Amino acid sequence: MKLAWVVGIFAALMVLLGVGLTLDPREVPSPLIGKPAPAFELPLLEAPDRVFSEKHMLGQVWILNVWASWCPPCLVEHPVVSALAKQGVVPVIGLNYKDAREDALPWLRRNGDPYRLVAFDAAGRIGIDYGVYGVPETYVIDRQGVIRYKHIGPLTADVVQRKLEPMLKDLKHGG
Amino acid sequence: MAARRTLLLALAFALAPLATRAVQESALDQRVDSLAHELRCLVCQNQSLAESAAPLAVDLRNQIREQLARGASEQDVLDYMVARYGDFVLYRPPLKASTIALWLGPFALAIGGAILLVRRVRRRRAPERELTEAERARAAQLLE
Repeated sequence: MKLAWVVGIFAALMVLLGVGLTLDPREVPSPLIGKPAPAFELPLLEAPDRVFSEKHMLGQVWILNVWASWCPPCLVEHPVVSALAKQGVVPVIGLNYKDAREDALPWLRRNGDPYRLVAFDAAGRIGIDYGVYGVPETYVIDRQGVIRYKHIGPLTADVVQRKLEPMLKDLKHGG
Repeated sequence: MAARRTLLLALAFALAPLATRAVQESALDQRVDSLAHELRCLVCQNQSLAESAAPLAVDLRNQIREQLARGASEQDVLDYMVARYGDFVLYRPPLKASTIALWLGPFALAIGGAILLVRRVRRRRAPERELTEAERARAAQLLE
């Protein structure tokens, strides 16, 4: 009887531990989902005299991919981002985060530039407004300019296939 | 003598604004620091913004300072952070439906444990029986 209790409690704790191990504490739910994408105006990485604002994208579904040349996981996800951009389902805009032009531009030349354009957030201020804390991060923004999804960490082919593609299809046809 | 005193006085007046500024600055420092201790650094999640050396933590500390200097209240800054990073940034998350287990769980566990403990102690004490007359007599004999 007593042994049953001890074993029962132990088993319950093991289950809790097991569940805990499968959760990723880095995946903090973003409070920005379902909210309008924070407004910004940033110079382009390629052309400092031109400005990009999230308002330019109103009316279309698009992806904002936050990256930096100093971020190794960004290099890891780069082929996936490139493949996604190549499909051409939606435009992929880059947000170059806390980087330097002389590092970021060669990085794109080396690894290929999948972005329709890249906004240059040298100070990381816009990153803060978007709640960026671990580059790379990827946002899906709908026609009304509302953030619908956020992925933290490198995109994988699996995430693209199972999450992004159905969602983009939905957003393009439905809302 | 009088001239020297006037000079000193003039100097004191000239330096006063500098001193007040220094006092204000250090008061601001303190507010920034105490707020930074309330906020979690999301890059290294077991450190507060005050302790972390991560670049984002530095940026966010600067944000706190800028906003306080601009006249924002402590609550304004906390709201700003929560709007971007969610309740998770707060080391003292608000009491609401999604955090109720977090707040009440430890108390429930403690109370449950206390009840178990009390029951167990009572049960153990129960079999302690009174001494019989014979045992009492023997004890008295031994003590003499």
